[in-house]
Amino acid sequence: MTFNFTVSPDFAPDRLSGWYIFNTWLQKQTDSAIHLEIYPDFAAQKAAITSDKIDLIYANPYDAAMLVREKGFLPLVKSAGSSDEAILAVHRDNAIIDVEALPSGIRVAHTQDPDVRMIGMIMLEPSNLTSDTLQAINCDTYILVAKNILQNKADVGIFLAQAYDDLSDLVKKQLKVLVRSQISVIHHSLMIGPKLQAKREEIQNLLINMHGSAKSKEILDSLGFSCWQKVDDEEMEFMIDLMDTLAI
Amino acid sequence: MLKDMQPEDIIGEYKEAVLNLYGGMKRKVLFTEIETPYPDGKLIVSSTDSDGLIKKVNQAFVDMSCYTEEELIGMPHCILRHPDMPSAAYKDLWGTILDGRTWQGYVKNLRKDGGYYWVKATVIPNIRKGQVVGYTSVRRKPSRLKVNESIKLYSTLS
Ligand SMILES: Cc1cc2nc3c(=O)[nH]c(=O)nc-3n(C[C@H](O)[C@H](O)[C@H](O)COP(=O)(O)O)c2cc1C
Repeated sequence: MTFNFTVSPDFAPDRLSGWYIFNTWLQKQTDSAIHLEIYPDFAAQKAAITSDKIDLIYANPYDAAMLVREKGFLPLVKSAGSSDEAILAVHRDNAIIDVEALPSGIRVAHTQDPDVRMIGMIMLEPSNLTSDTLQAINCDTYILVAKNILQNKADVGIFLAQAYDDLSDLVKKQLKVLVRSQISVIHHSLMIGPKLQAKREEIQNLLINMHGSAKSKEILDSLGFSCWQKVDDEEMEFMIDLMDTLAI
Repeated sequence: MLKDMQPEDIIGEYKEAVLNLYGGMKRKVLFTEIETPYPDGKLIVSSTDSDGLIKKVNQAFVDMSCYTEEELIGMPHCILRHPDMPSAAYKDLWGTILDGRTWQGYVKNLRKDGGYYWVKATVIPNIRKGQVVGYTSVRRKPSRLKVNESIKLYSTLS
């Protein structure tokens, strides 16, 4: 039997090969056939989840509720010490220094990443902006979000904090951060579906110890992670509750 | 079990009020006109057991309320109750969450030092295996416009 693994479409593009290497490692370690399928966007990934095609997923926190409550997924691990945070930034020359001063009707550039967009929209709330009172500009990447601001095609950008930090200094110098979220409890997680759950503990242990050998540590490096950290059921339930309160 | 507020904890000039809390409990509170702005980018989070007693708070909760984590754990949330808040708001909150639904509203909270802060709060029941095991509240930064509307509305309610 072949199991299907997928990675939330918001992974950083330069990590793609890392995920394939990780998949190969996991197959060897668990002695199971695992096929990695990357979907082009969140809609395609959701369709696969809905039709029960996925057994293992590195999931965006936005999808965690559906995976746990509707599809019986359970958490395995997260990347230690990292959380999903968002940044609101404007052009350096923009006179505005406070979110509260942002006027209605402004152009907001963002990507499709659902959790980052949600956190970004919450950080815009103090200015009374809602999705009805702003013009959304959909971008494929965070580089394009930055470009839209620099070319004065957008007034504000919503960034994944990590992606913002990874922009070149040249670009960052032309931008100004209005707010950076400090939520710390919202994070991507590797989650396991019903068909694989008999192996949950085994896989969890393999992952938690992955940084112990030089060779597998290299694979973690290629994903940009230092090590995996266990996520227990209650931590996941708490995150889902939190996402539920933020989604409204 | 909720102690009266103490003058030595208060920063600035204060007034006194006695709150009539749930279950006939009374608490003397001391309050000032000093507002602490909501910290940008943060969420203030707390969870309770099924009786509404606090079992978990995050650092932003501690920082904004001025109480230590030890002082908060095991207490009801009315430790933050401000005399300017109408009881009707909390009746609505409890009616909603006891019914298994999500409540959202604007709340003026009282700090241990007598000051206050406004939040936009969302409260949900925590359901595990079909049972309500507690409640979680997540607060975020409100817009000034909504705060001003709430001030007006709450002054007409009791
Ligand atoms: C999860 C949760 C969070 C709450 N947060 C607050 C709060 O931040 N401030 C507050 O005054 N009341 C809060 N309440 C409501 C209090 O339980 C209480 O109803 C309110 O302070 C009024 O006191 P009373 O019900 O004793 O009259 C919260 C309730 C729950 C269940």
